[in-house]
Amino acid sequence: MPNLEHPAYPAATLLQLESLVPCRESQVSMLLSIFGERQQFSFPSIFIYGHTSSGKTYVMKTLLNTLKLPHVFVNCVEYFTSRLLLEEILMQLQSCSETQQTSHVPCDNFSDFVRLFKQAVASRELQDQTVYIVLDRAEQLREMEANILPAFLRLQELTDRNVTVILLTEIVWELFRPITGCFEPLTLYFPDYSIAHLQKILSQNHPPEYSADFYAAYINILLGVFYMVCRDLKELQHLAVLNFSKYCEPVVRGEANERDTHKLWKNIEPHLKKAMQTVYLREISSSQWERLQHDNGEPGQLKGISAHTHVELPYYSKFLLIAAYLASYNPARTDKRFFLKHHGKIRKTNSMKKHEKTSSHLIGPKPFPLDRLLAILYSIVDNRVAPTANIFSQITSLVTLQLLSMVGHNDQLDGPRYKCTVSLDFIRAVARTVNFDIIKYLYDFL
Amino acid sequence: MSTCSVSKGCFVFKPSPKKRRVSQKTDHDFRGRTDDSEDVKLRFATCQSLWNQMKLETEQVQEDLNKQLFDNLVSFLRRSHSESQEKATEWTCQMKTREIPTAALVLGVNVTDHDLTFRSLSEVLQNSVTPYIALLEAKDCPGIKNLMQKLIGQLMNCYVDVDSFEDEDYVQVSQNRIRCSMTSLINWYGSVTKKTDSETPSKKRTSSSRHWQSPPVVVVFKDMESFTTRVLQDFIVISSQHIHELPLVLIFGIATSPMIIHNLLPHSVSSLLCIELFQSLSCKEHLSTIIDKLLLTAHFPFKLGEKVLQVLINIFLYHDFSVQNFIKGFQLCIVEHFYSQPLSVLCCQLVDAKKRVNSLSHSQCENIRRLPSFRRYVESQVSEKQIALLTADGFLKEVIQKLLEDLHVYHANYMPVLRCLHIFTSSLPKYPLGKQIRELHCACLENRVWETEEYESSLQLARMLNKSDLVTMLQQCVEILMSSSGKEFDKTVEKLKEFLTQFQKLEGEAFQERDVSVSSQKELQKKTDLYHLQKSLLELKESRRSKKLTKFEVLRFELVDYIDSLVRNYLVPADHKTLHEIMYFNTASVLREHLNAAPRIALHTALNNPYCYLENQALKSDGGSISNKAPDICIVYKLHLECGRLINLSDWLEAFSTVVTGAEGPNADAASSDQVDDVIHLRNVMKTQEQELRSQGSSCKSFFYQDTGVTNSTVLHCRGGWTSWSEPQLSGKSLTSINSEPASVMANTTAMKKHPVLFLL
Repeated sequence: MPNLEHPAYPAATLLQLESLVPCRESQVSMLLSIFGERQQFSFPSIFIYGHTSSGKTYVMKTLLNTLKLPHVFVNCVEYFTSRLLLEEILMQLQSCSETQQTSHVPCDNFSDFVRLFKQAVASRELQDQTVYIVLDRAEQLREMEANILPAFLRLQELTDRNVTVILLTEIVWELFRPITGCFEPLTLYFPDYSIAHLQKILSQNHPPEYSADFYAAYINILLGVFYMVCRDLKELQHLAVLNFSKYCEPVVRGEANERDTHKLWKNIEPHLKKAMQTVYLREISSSQWERLQHDNGEPGQLKGISAHTHVELPYYSKFLLIAAYLASYNPARTDKRFFLKHHGKIRKTNSMKKHEKTSSHLIGPKPFPLDRLLAILYSIVDNRVAPTANIFSQITSLVTLQLLSMVGHNDQLDGPRYKCTVSLDFIRAVARTVNFDIIKYLYDFL
Repeated sequence: MSTCSVSKGCFVFKPSPKKRRVSQKTDHDFRGRTDDSEDVKLRFATCQSLWNQMKLETEQVQEDLNKQLFDNLVSFLRRSHSESQEKATEWTCQMKTREIPTAALVLGVNVTDHDLTFRSLSEVLQNSVTPYIALLEAKDCPGIKNLMQKLIGQLMNCYVDVDSFEDEDYVQVSQNRIRCSMTSLINWYGSVTKKTDSETPSKKRTSSSRHWQSPPVVVVFKDMESFTTRVLQDFIVISSQHIHELPLVLIFGIATSPMIIHNLLPHSVSSLLCIELFQSLSCKEHLSTIIDKLLLTAHFPFKLGEKVLQVLINIFLYHDFSVQNFIKGFQLCIVEHFYSQPLSVLCCQLVDAKKRVNSLSHSQCENIRRLPSFRRYVESQVSEKQIALLTADGFLKEVIQKLLEDLHVYHANYMPVLRCLHIFTSSLPKYPLGKQIRELHCACLENRVWETEEYESSLQLARMLNKSDLVTMLQQCVEILMSSSGKEFDKTVEKLKEFLTQFQKLEGEAFQERDVSVSSQKELQKKTDLYHLQKSLLELKESRRSKKLTKFEVLRFELVDYIDSLVRNYLVPADHKTLHEIMYFNTASVLREHLNAAPRIALHTALNNPYCYLENQALKSDGGSISNKAPDICIVYKLHLECGRLINLSDWLEAFSTVVTGAEGPNADAASSDQVDDVIHLRNVMKTQEQELRSQGSSCKSFFYQDTGVTNSTVLHCRGGWTSWSEPQLSGKSLTSINSEPASVMANTTAMKKHPVLFLL
């Protein structure tokens, strides 16, 4: 295991740093060697990428904070326009130097930013230190003005100050590179934590009442269940805390001691499996889960979110939805066969275009005009339907409920086109309530 | 600004008049049709007071129904952030990721009702939990920026509302140059809560005692389905980072099913939420309660006839599920009834009605004599009495008072008996008389319920109920009858109680007599389907002939017969009662016209028969001929209807000019008018075409121009759309709508915006 070494920083700080960033020592030492000493110019821009919760943000924050390097840390999702982003950076720069009150500085574009940045750095005693600007969730930068990303990459050059921009993101650099080209940052990859890493990190924060070994055994069981579906450290941590009290139960009751791993495993394993199906998927919330645990209730009695799939609709809305589904999944020319009394027979194999042979349920819904929807509606409803305003407004309601979606632009007043967005299961459930055998009317199931 | 229009287009909004002049004007309008001999003012006042009472009642119902839901929500909101504040030091809380507490509020598809629910929700929350509530709608938030703007704007405003004027300057300054970011929101929250902690003037103390120290900030997404995924995700990600500084609680208003959360949000985002589900009462139950409280009570004198009620219920069940619309329709019925029926002045509480009868004018007496139900009554009397009724106003008034009293007694008896009958019918298999009491009510209003087949079959089924069911039903019936105000039920109650004791006595004796019939009885209860029931019923009949009935069976027969006699006595349909016209509103066609408008049919009528809306005598057409007085577009439309698949444009033009100039005679200067015609006609063609395109869903022909280069010989294809095989017949005027605004329809048809949609082939 490489110990962190750097001449510029005291060994005690480095040791502390090392204990804070387990399993990321090599990345940290790499970063340290890129940063160099405080006053040394570093690489203008560094691009760090890696999967969700591979410790990018955490490592960066801990590194900068522990070594007390002057830095600015912004999340690009939170500051969603370039203006907000630039102003936030300036604000944080001001607040780094405790000399004056932070005040709001308007900053509209990047050249303003460069000017104001120079002022902010000059006004501080830290001119001879590298200032780090960390942009978390940097993929958002691509959505802003075209000049923002290239300008950040060259900030050192543009401002002529000792500054390093660090981009943190989950996607690779190739997806960032603008067509026009730009300064290439130094890319650094944070690999996923392995199961051993996860075990080590999770076991580190054991509750004070219990021994580290006891907690590590628990983490081992937890990982055995959840590692298959979830490698997100944060989520695992959350789940570990949620279920730990259940794990301790036999110990608290005095039925088992801390070393009785097998008994404890038998106790916790089914519980964890249930947790995987419910609380992990957010079918029931973690607070509900905790309450269930507390009351020793069965999770079965609490219905999850997915259990409530039933949607109650007015009578004609149901038929409208069915008509829309038929219009979306049947080829238009087969309507005659389905809805006319004296129809000719359609042979599925002959004289058919190639694309019609493939199941339209695999391709997805096709758009259809309003005329066709209403025509099908009139023929599937038993009694006569007057084309009242209520019918038309129901179509609009279905669109707002996201059961239908409008194709094309909203402005098109005549001949609007729709798509049906519900699933086959859903429409079958709806059709069953009005005694309509939808399968008989679907071309795919002929 | 938003419209309630069903179509899309440009809308002009005039500033709403500040003053309310409506109330003064309406009673004037009431008078409009007839002179004042018909108690117009009194009618208007009665109508107003009645509606106000009913409105209060509906609001009360709404409140009661929502109470449970709101209580749950409030306790959830209180719990959500207090927990983490209390035990912030514990290990579990330090390690756990803080999730944003989220309430998924499933409200049902009746979107029109949601507004009211959210309004009362925010009121409740403001009173009990937190002053900081923001309601967001999807149409205001196409991007995260707009969302933040809206959110910050609403929160800061509510701050002003709560703390009145003392801090206004502070807000004024900040609002102009506020940065739409979470940081400014956090700063604002910090300053607001700190202020309430430190200063606590007398006014604030009251507010801080209601809310607690740091009240949560509640953000309500009114229509979750319509929000874009991106906006929601961004907002949740941002706020989850600041959950420690800003105690945020989200409420998702969901119309369809909570699955939508998983559809909209990826796992990485939904794992930031701590979602709890809250389900509101279904709108059908809501409607049942409303009907129960407004219609199935003798409390309100105004009643709905069977057809009208059916129309309202059908609109609810078939079209919108909206309780608000139902209540609006009900209101319309009241207004229409009091407006169109002069005798509605007597539609009030019995005491008032009796007084009013005495002061009826002569013309009103004549109105009464004209009532069909009254005429029937007169005919059934002896001849001297007939003459007296038809000539002497004084005698008539006496009789009317008596009849009105009868009617009130009838109502007072009708409701409890109806409820009793419902108790019996609602537990029968397959519900021959309907599951809901409103269906039973409709059946009873329609005609004599005991003559219907369904009633027969339900009686038969009732004769096979088992004892424990019968006993519980009897107990319920006794309760209902006891609590009712009708005095005639003393006897009935006694009789039912007697049945009850007899049934209970049987229990002791039953041990000896428990034989084949009882066991077969038990078998019956297991089988629920009708076929088996009928079969075993036949068997029972057979056995009954041969065998002596058990005591229980005899008693059961007696009971069912007794119930039957009650029904025959008290559930007479209302239109068999004299003077029912005073209380019952029965003109369903008016209601249908107003509530279930058919734009396409209205358009067709307007074009085909302009007299219908313009009411200009000159336009009154007789049959098929085309009058030249009609607006140009009507003429063009009618001519085009006469053509088949293709229209020759020049023929059409020719026909048009013939019609227009037809009446003027040959001596008019033809040359100049011809030229004008060309222009007019082309304009009309365009308009007709737009009409066709606008009446979407119609199979009306769509037009395709074939430009041959020579304008004279332009041929217009008039293609039958492919949908013509299923076109419903236009049913003429019967379904016309918008009768109240005849001018606007024509204005609409003639002055439509130019939006030429021509397909050049």
